[in-house]
Amino acid sequence: MNRIKNAFENKKAFIGFVTAGDPTLDKTEEFVLEMERAGAALVELGVPFSDPIAEGPVIQEANLRALQAGCTTDKLFDMVARLREKTQIPLVFLAYANTLYKYGYERFCEKCEQVGIDGVIIPDMPFEEKGELAPIAKAHDVSVISLIAPTSKERIQMIAKEADGFIYVVSSLGVTGVRDNITTDVESIIRSIREVTDTPAAVGFGINRKEQVHEYTSIADGAIVGSAIVKIVAEYGEDAGEKIYEYVADMVSGLAE
Amino acid sequence: MSKGRFGQHGGQYIPETLMNEIHHLEETYEHYKNDPEFVQELDTLLREYAGRPSLLYYAEKMTKALGGAKIYFKREDLNHTGSHKINNVLGQALLAKKMGKTRIIAETGAGQHGVATATAAALLGLECEIFMGKEDTIRQALNVYRMELLGAKVHPVESGTMTLKDAVNECMREWVSRVDDTLYVLGSVMGPHPFPTIVGDFQSVISREARVQILEKEGRLPDVVMACVGGGSNAMGMFREFINDESVRLIGCEAAGKGVDTDRTAATMATGTMGIFHGMKSYFCQDEFGQIAPVYSISAGLDYPGVGPEHAHLKDIGRAEYVPVTDDEAVNAFEYIAREEGIIAAIESSHAVAHLMKIAPTMDKDQIIICCLSGRGDKDVAAIARYRGIDLHE
Repeated sequence: MNRIKNAFENKKAFIGFVTAGDPTLDKTEEFVLEMERAGAALVELGVPFSDPIAEGPVIQEANLRALQAGCTTDKLFDMVARLREKTQIPLVFLAYANTLYKYGYERFCEKCEQVGIDGVIIPDMPFEEKGELAPIAKAHDVSVISLIAPTSKERIQMIAKEADGFIYVVSSLGVTGVRDNITTDVESIIRSIREVTDTPAAVGFGINRKEQVHEYTSIADGAIVGSAIVKIVAEYGEDAGEKIYEYVADMVSGLAE
Repeated sequence: MSKGRFGQHGGQYIPETLMNEIHHLEETYEHYKNDPEFVQELDTLLREYAGRPSLLYYAEKMTKALGGAKIYFKREDLNHTGSHKINNVLGQALLAKKMGKTRIIAETGAGQHGVATATAAALLGLECEIFMGKEDTIRQALNVYRMELLGAKVHPVESGTMTLKDAVNECMREWVSRVDDTLYVLGSVMGPHPFPTIVGDFQSVISREARVQILEKEGRLPDVVMACVGGGSNAMGMFREFINDESVRLIGCEAAGKGVDTDRTAATMATGTMGIFHGMKSYFCQDEFGQIAPVYSISAGLDYPGVGPEHAHLKDIGRAEYVPVTDDEAVNAFEYIAREEGIIAAIESSHAVAHLMKIAPTMDKDQIIICCLSGRGDKDVAAIARYRGIDLHE
């Protein structure tokens, strides 16, 4: 059974992100468990890609470190299989379209189902293109997570109606990365989503402080933090586990009721 | 399936943030492409500013020396800014104005597209920022200064392999960050729909002219039409109007670098596989897990791991053939055409000249080849000198 709904059951969700394989896949396994211990409701694993066009410098560099350390799609699946013996936390991949396409949509989704990946977020596969993947993913109980951006406007409801798992609301223009100010009217986007679906919506891009987590989980169902966690990995490398625990625990304390 | 497909290739594989903007571009283009006023405005710019039509030049000396088919060069190197890139840039910059944009951004490899974009921006009063791989800013330092002279800001890109693909990555990141007042003026027949179509349409002026010119000069169609292919914009421009002329062979010449059997190559058609990258489904140089390969060519303009979706389709249906040409062969051709015809052609175009030198002698004297000289080679002189072991710096 797909675990994503557990993340949002009767509570607001903190969603943490790490780039898989940075600095090693063994460490990724540890970091996920630390995030869970700190109260994360769902973890996004970034599948390293040579050319991550939606990422800012922090996650770009993490992708590079992971690839240089030898992370491949196959090794990543093996790691998730090991991780699944220790935890039932909902897990989704953030992967670029080519990673799935080259592996084969059928083979990729079958693997996800086998090892226990609950969903995929594909930043370069918009609504118009997801048709080639969605039916295959559905057959393997893998949610294709939809993204909604500040520029989506009249597309919001079209996307929301077909959303599966949860909706990733992109808070800001641009690439991933820590931001001081978020100027998008996230609240009106969420309102527009609510008019057509009950699928949970989580806000990401630029969030790195407890106060922001509080603000966004007051209006949405979850908050997603990526670059701030990846920064800790960049700074502390193999020793990042404890620091990630402390950071995520602090962020989780900011969740709205 | 989305619009903008060429067989199984093409599509719109881009972040959601850009989708409305891409649709806006598509609608604007659909509206203006047949608007008499827009067509007139662009045509005037192409004639009065860019110097069109470009010459179709009969290379008599080379024809005799090679002893086979009659050789014609379509002289895009004689356009203002020195390459075919201006054809597309003037069109897209006009579109940007129609869309109410005040700023254009572009990637560049060899610098030709960057220079053309900076030129159009200066002329039409648009702000301009160019993204260029750091490696390429070193290989083509003169073009960087040219762009700056024209009022553009040049950003050296230090991510990845620091070449053309990374410049495209950075351009997309920049566009996602600032879509309201900015149009990404893509330089080749690649990227998400509608770019492959728009760029192909604007470049098709090359073959529209060439077809008329060869019929005037020879009273018949050519047997072979050829051009170099990186992303493939000059080749698409050269092919388009001949696609329906089944007797005309279409040949694209891609950069093999040190050779297709080495890992120092950029020959996408010869070594690539199907993938999704830079907004499109097409052929790409990549590994078994879809990581994009660090490609190599002496030519900064052909140093790209993918190819435009329309080319990928022409290959699939067997309408066009694509051949790899090595650094060595291209440099020899660069020197040969300079000595034989007094033309210093771009190292990119020299890839097509190299293949022409192979096939012309095998053809009959009454057969005709048209080869596109996409750009002039002044920018390459220092690099060719260094390739020959002469310590020459710009």
